[in-house]
Amino acid sequence: MVKRVAIVGVGTTGFRATTPDVSYRELTYEAATKAYLNAGIEPKDVGAFVSTAEDFTEGYSIADEYSPDQLGAVLKPIHTVPGDFIQSLANAYMIIQSGFCDIAVVQGLSKASNMLTKSDMITFATCPFTWRPLKESHHAIAAMEMNRFLQSSGNTREQCAKVVVKNRRNALNNPRAVHGTNLSLDDVLHSEIVSHPLGRLDIAQYADGAVVCVLASEEKVQSLKGEPIWIKGIGWATETSALESRTWDEAVYLKVASQMAYKMAGIRSPRKEIDFAEINDEYSYKELQHLEALGIFAKGESGKSVEAGLTEITGEFPVNASGGNLGCGATLELDGGHKVIEIVLQLRGQAGTNQLKNARTGLAASWRGVPTTTGAVAILAKE
Amino acid sequence: MTISNKQMTKEMIEKTVTSLSREDVIGNKVITSKWEPKLQYAWDNGPAIGRYLAELKNGKLIAKKCRKCNRIMIPPRMFCELCWRPTDEWVYVKDSGTVNTFVISHVDWKAGRLDIKGGVRPFTPAVIEIDGASEGMGILHMIDEIDPQKIKIGMKVKAIWKKPAEREGAITDILYFKPR
Repeated sequence: MVKRVAIVGVGTTGFRATTPDVSYRELTYEAATKAYLNAGIEPKDVGAFVSTAEDFTEGYSIADEYSPDQLGAVLKPIHTVPGDFIQSLANAYMIIQSGFCDIAVVQGLSKASNMLTKSDMITFATCPFTWRPLKESHHAIAAMEMNRFLQSSGNTREQCAKVVVKNRRNALNNPRAVHGTNLSLDDVLHSEIVSHPLGRLDIAQYADGAVVCVLASEEKVQSLKGEPIWIKGIGWATETSALESRTWDEAVYLKVASQMAYKMAGIRSPRKEIDFAEINDEYSYKELQHLEALGIFAKGESGKSVEAGLTEITGEFPVNASGGNLGCGATLELDGGHKVIEIVLQLRGQAGTNQLKNARTGLAASWRGVPTTTGAVAILAKE
Repeated sequence: MTISNKQMTKEMIEKTVTSLSREDVIGNKVITSKWEPKLQYAWDNGPAIGRYLAELKNGKLIAKKCRKCNRIMIPPRMFCELCWRPTDEWVYVKDSGTVNTFVISHVDWKAGRLDIKGGVRPFTPAVIEIDGASEGMGILHMIDEIDPQKIKIGMKVKAIWKKPAEREGAITDILYFKPR
């Protein structure tokens, strides 16, 4: 029999443009303290820890080794996933499923403000033989995808701009968000072109922050004070790395990841069975492309749905009520953590001004950013 | 049939393996791809390491105490990783201590060989347990002004500082430790 696993505690620092007052240690310590209090546990109760870190974004080789102290994980089983937070969540889920322990902790962190040469670091992630000598900007790679996606799906640049207006406005009422603002469609459409059709306002700015989640088996949940939010499905996938032959018109990585998660959760009709979603929108078009990959809207229908207000907080299928990456910031490996915590808060009725009505099942979807084709999905529910 | 390394004769290796020489690469006789990454960071120190570095500039070593386990910890930290609670008061500790462990290294930090026979002094890094901090709490530094062969575990040492005007708020504001 498959064990049920729940998130019983969450903690975050929220997302800020810079965090000069704290090092990554204090940043994580704050999120971990909140998460453990929220779950009603102490570090000694935890059987295994999973941290999320990529050496080049941390600025340390073997950054894993710097994870234990601020989680209370000294001399405890711990390993690091150099991927997205939701992939770490999947690791912790499997650790509990395997019977190894009943309580596991997942951590993610962004100190993006400490990376002085972000563009060079992303360029360093591209193939040294076939792309890097061409010195393409990472925004240009995204814009090539945007062109192909808009052309093949029939969605428009104006509809992408609507995503920016919606998400940055949602962020105004989210105390965890840093990039909230009230823009007009015209502001977005006339922001200076970065790589056509991407304008400056189509691109999410970075943010710092930390998220910690405590997971527990169903048997253990009973004795803990944290309100459980159940992990119903989880999935992740990476398409070929080859820019030259990858799928450009749809986010096939997220399509596959979501199908894996839907199958696990027994979901056949995601739009009907899921109430809301927090999905990666590091570039405005990504929200539309990801919504179609997730099967929430049919091909070419996402833009119209956003225009019609379906994805607003008051809409039929709210998307990125938190403000998304456009409103909260791009947070590197922490991306899935931002999504997961916002979903948990919504499902618990703790999302404040942006609280959704009838939030019972939510979907978190992350992307690892250019030049990756890695996406991960988690489906979380109250029951 | 597989052949173990032992069974491979010199002749077999010469017939099957062509190794690249340094000249082949430098002389562009083979196709290579080169890239120099530009990776620059500015790490936020945070309150614990930030104060530690600022006090180094003042010529002082500062630690932080956890009242639960009573450890006086250096370098200081804002939380006790063992008790899982915020640490308490700041405590100035001495700039002297005891050698916990050390090494006489014939290679530099990039693992490049030092010309020891030519008179270059071996590197002698050490972990020094600081007087006033808890047992086992030390800092990593260098030992100098002593014949490396005479360094011993348990030896008492003291810090030799840079001149105040030259200090910059870094661990290198201490030049090295020497026997006292």
